[in-house]
Amino acid sequence: MAQIVLSLMRGLARAPILPGWARTTLDSTYTDAQTTPIPASDRRRPHSPSFPAVPSFMLSAHHLRCSRGDRTLFADLSLSLAPGRWLQVGGINGAGKTTLLRTLVGLNPPDDGEVRWNDTPIRAAGEDFRRACLYLGHHAAVKDELSPVENLRQACAIDGVALDDAQAGDALRRIGLRGRGHLPTSVLSAGQKRRVLLARLLVRPATLWVLDEPFAALDTDAVALMGELIGAHLAQGGLAILTSHQPAPLPAGEFVGLAA
Amino acid sequence: MNTILVALRRDLLLAARRRSEVVTALFFFVVVVSLFPLGIGPEPAMLRRIGPGVLWVAALLATLLGLPRLFASDHADGTLEQMALSPRPFALLVAGKIAAHWLLCGLPLVLLAPLLGLQFNLNPGELQVLMLALLLGTPVLSLIGAIGAALTLGVRGGGTLLALLVLPLYVPTLIFGAGAVEAQSAGLGSSAQLSILGALLALAVFFAPWATTAALRIAIE
Repeated sequence: MAQIVLSLMRGLARAPILPGWARTTLDSTYTDAQTTPIPASDRRRPHSPSFPAVPSFMLSAHHLRCSRGDRTLFADLSLSLAPGRWLQVGGINGAGKTTLLRTLVGLNPPDDGEVRWNDTPIRAAGEDFRRACLYLGHHAAVKDELSPVENLRQACAIDGVALDDAQAGDALRRIGLRGRGHLPTSVLSAGQKRRVLLARLLVRPATLWVLDEPFAALDTDAVALMGELIGAHLAQGGLAILTSHQPAPLPAGEFVGLAA
Repeated sequence: MNTILVALRRDLLLAARRRSEVVTALFFFVVVVSLFPLGIGPEPAMLRRIGPGVLWVAALLATLLGLPRLFASDHADGTLEQMALSPRPFALLVAGKIAAHWLLCGLPLVLLAPLLGLQFNLNPGELQVLMLALLLGTPVLSLIGAIGAALTLGVRGGGTLLALLVLPLYVPTLIFGAGAVEAQSAGLGSSAQLSILGALLALAVFFAPWATTAALRIAIE
């Protein structure tokens, strides 16, 4: 046990970009038990009742390093997220928040380290991970030529989720686009287009939500609605990772700060 | 198969909303092919000699017109990222997009070719071979072109670079495509050329979607 705790503390000390208080909240469920060789006498320990079991769904990142050109955005970044928890990625513009999110979902391979879903590297987890993960970037991923209903249905078709017109219309009503479901998306405002994208949260089942600036371009009502949605998702045991410059209307979560 | 249909249906729906793009490529094909008889003069033997080559070169260029748009808008608005993260295999979604490109930019050329071939004094047997050769050859053009489109995605002036990259790769298809019609008019039979076109198609269908997917993954990184 002591060996595991020591290795855990070493792992924490290696993450210099995390603020001190975050180092204590992060990794609250994270152990190096799967990565650090455990002496034969201790092998049984992870299964003993006193040891925190690996939760059913868990995202963890191990010693990630990412760079853009010559500049290292972050190095030796480790984190873990347990069910029902959310993680806010903070930092100034250009600090690498989007890069971190894209690395966590597998769009950018890290220079070093790996991301694991339920202790399987995400590349190996493949379809299981992609089914469990919903990433909404800061691109709208919405076609101007299609109506919001069509956009939502096409997005779901790509993700392999069956959705009919009525269900799509219902989701759009809930997200605040009542009566606009069949207008061309080109006539909608930036905030309304953003809502079309966010409506996917209602119709695409996923355990892990990775949201890049989910509150951008939204009015105060929509921000509150998003807060409720994310809150309900967490209450059902989901995981959420988001970047935001404004305070999120959510219960206290975990935080990673990226230095410029 | 279902995955391919999802991407195919989506691209056809989008194309139905911006029809002008499809019509442009088709109109380009018709105009280029029609300019040759006007420029060279109405000598039947000469026209018959150059006909297959002209039709094939025009088909090559018309296919090229639609290629820069194949992935550009999906890349710009983030849809491509969503496809890469979808539980469905990315390569099959890409294959569906390529199939849509062929249906919109390749198949209309195949159907119009016999009509335009009449301008070049081609006889019914030759027109039949021309259509068959285009039917086998235009999907190869779309498949190879998709690799080029993915490689030049997000590059400034990518359209010109795409043409420089892809046109040399179109050479074998052009040689055997035009050669099939010439062999037919020389009375040699076109089965050899058509078989080679079929082999090119089989090879392209197998490798091009994967090569395109690999290039797209680099582009969205």
